[in-house]
Amino acid sequence: MKKLWIVLTYLVFAVLLVAPLVKMTQSAFADGWSGFVESISRPEALHALMMTGLVVLCVTVLNGIFGIMTALYLVRGKWLGRRLRSVMNSIVDLPYAVSPVIGGLMIVLLVGPDTAIGAFFAKIGINIVYAFPGMVIATLFVTFPLMVREIMPVLEEIGDDQEQASATLGAYGWTTFRRVTWPSIRWGVAYGAVLTIARSMGEFGAVLVVSGNIINRTQTATTLVYQDVENFNIAAAGGIALVLAAFSAGLLLLMEWTKKRREVH
Amino acid sequence: MQHVEVRGLDKHFGSFHAVKDVSFDIQKGHLIGLLGPSGGGKTSILRMLAGLESPDAGEILFHGKRVNELPPQERGIGFVFQNYALFKHMTVFENIAYGLKVKKTPKAQIRERVMELVELTGLKGFEQRYPQQLSGGQRQRVAFARALAPEPQLLLLDEPFAAIDAKIRQELRSWLRELIERVGITSIFVTHDQDEAIEVADEIMVISQGQVEQKGTPWDIYKEPATPFVASFIGESTQVEHAVKLHGFDRAAETAGTKALIRPEYVEVGRPSEFPLLSATEEGVVQHLHFRGSQWLVEVQVGDQKLITYRSLEKEPLQVGDPVRVMVHRAYLYNEQRSWIAENRFKVDPMSMMI
Repeated sequence: MKKLWIVLTYLVFAVLLVAPLVKMTQSAFADGWSGFVESISRPEALHALMMTGLVVLCVTVLNGIFGIMTALYLVRGKWLGRRLRSVMNSIVDLPYAVSPVIGGLMIVLLVGPDTAIGAFFAKIGINIVYAFPGMVIATLFVTFPLMVREIMPVLEEIGDDQEQASATLGAYGWTTFRRVTWPSIRWGVAYGAVLTIARSMGEFGAVLVVSGNIINRTQTATTLVYQDVENFNIAAAGGIALVLAAFSAGLLLLMEWTKKRREVH
Repeated sequence: MQHVEVRGLDKHFGSFHAVKDVSFDIQKGHLIGLLGPSGGGKTSILRMLAGLESPDAGEILFHGKRVNELPPQERGIGFVFQNYALFKHMTVFENIAYGLKVKKTPKAQIRERVMELVELTGLKGFEQRYPQQLSGGQRQRVAFARALAPEPQLLLLDEPFAAIDAKIRQELRSWLRELIERVGITSIFVTHDQDEAIEVADEIMVISQGQVEQKGTPWDIYKEPATPFVASFIGESTQVEHAVKLHGFDRAAETAGTKALIRPEYVEVGRPSEFPLLSATEEGVVQHLHFRGSQWLVEVQVGDQKLITYRSLEKEPLQVGDPVRVMVHRAYLYNEQRSWIAENRFKVDPMSMMI
C-alpha cells in the first residue's frame, strides 16, 4: 500500500512538473539550436523580452520601496489607529483574492482613456493604459502583497525595542532605519524581491487587459507566448517559454540560497 | 537645583488611566527607585521621562527647562530596556559605539570611550562578540555601557535585573550601585522587587495604581509608611481586622474600625522565661513552623488572630501546639481618617501595669 502511494506521488510529480518541462524544451528545439535562436531573436520576441525585463525592474524597485513602507506603517504606525490598520491589513491581501484579469480591468476603468484621470494624463502626453505605466501599475497590483507579507512578520518579531533604543541614543528616523531596522529585514526584503520578480515575470492576465497586447510596443514575453500559440507557432512559443522557465529556475535556486543565508544570520 | 521636576503628569492608554496626576522632584546625582506592583504605571512614567511616550497632561522639566516637546533624541538621556534591546546584528563594540557614531564623534575618540566603558563594565575581551553569544548578565552590562556612552545627563533603567537569574542579580545590583556612584549620574530605575529597591536606591518612590504613594529613603519608607498600601507592600505583614483586640494597643486603637498591619519583626514569640516584661505579652499557641534556612518562621494563634514572626535557630526550638507568650512590639495602625505607628503601651510604660 505504502509503495503504491510512493509510486503514485512520483507519477503525479512527473506528469505535472517534469513532463511539461521536457516537452517544452523539446518543442523549443524542434527546429534545432538555430530554430531556438531564431525564435527568440525575432524582433517582436526581443522587444517582448525587453518589455518584460523593464516591467520586472520597475515593479521590483517600486514594490521594494512601497512594500517596506506599507509594512512599516502597518506594523509600527500607532498613529493610524488599530481598527484602520486592521482594515488596511486585510486590503493588502486583496490581490491574492481577486483574479489578475479583474485587477487589470479595474485599472482600465480607473485610468483608461475614457476616464477623467486618463484623459488628463493623455492631455499632458502620458498614456497610462495600453502603455508602459499601465503595465507597471497592473503588475504592481498583482505583486503588492508579496513584499508586504514577507516583511511584516519579521518586523513584528523583532519588535520596536531596538528602534526605541536607537532613538534614545540620539538617532533619528532615517539613521534608525538604515542602521537598525534594515539589517533585520534585509533578508525578508530579498526574499520578497525574488517572489516579486518571479511573479511579475510570469504575470499574464492583468498585463494582457491593460497593455492591449500591441506587438512591438506593449507586448510582454508571456503575452507573446500566448499569441504564438494562437498562431500555431508552437516552436517559437516554446523558445520564449524556455527562456522564461530557465530564468525562473535560476530565481528559485537564488531563493533557496537566500533562505540559507537568512538562517545563518 | 532639582535635576528632574514632574508636575501633574497624567496618561491614559485607551480607557485605562495609567498615570494619575503624578508630581515629584529628583535631585542631581541621586539614584531613585520607582517601586510598585506590575501595571502600576512605573514604566509609563519612565517612558514619559524618556520621551518614548507623551503625557496627556502635565509638565516634565530637566534642569528647570520644559522638555515635553523634545523627542527622545534631544533629551540627553540613557535608557536601559527591560530586555536590553541590544542591536542583534552588531558586536558589543558596535553596540556601545552606536550613540557616539550617530553624533559623528571622531573615530579615535569613539574607540577611546568604548574601550573605557568596556573596561568599566568588565566586558574586556568580549568586544567582538554578538549579543546572542553573551550571558544575561553580560548583555545587561552591554546595555548599560551603551546607554552611558554618549554621556547622558539622566539614566533611566526599566526593570534592569528582571531577566537575570537570582544569584547573578545580587552581584549585579551592588555592581550597578557602585558604578552609578562612580559615574555620578542621576538615575531612575523601575522595579517591582522591594529588596532590589531598598538595596540599590538612595530614595524610593512607591507607586501604585498610577499614583505616588510615598517618596523617601528606604529607611523612612520602611520605618514610617505613609499609607496602608506602602505598609503592606514594603516588607511582610499580617493584617489585623480589629486592632483594638491586640494586647497593648487597646488605647491606641480606640477609634472604631481601626485596623493594624504587623510585620514579623515587630512580633516576638517564646517561652514565658524569655520575656523580662511578661505583662506586655499575651498567650498564644504555635500553629505551624517553617524552616527558612537561617531561622524559623512561626505562625502563632493569638485569640482569633494569626500572627507571623521569625525565631532564631539559637533559641530553644518550639513545637507545633506549644503554648507560648507573644509580644507585639509595634503596629502600623490605620483607619479611615489617618494612619500611624503605635508602640505596645505596656512595653513603653511598664508603670501603667502597676496601678
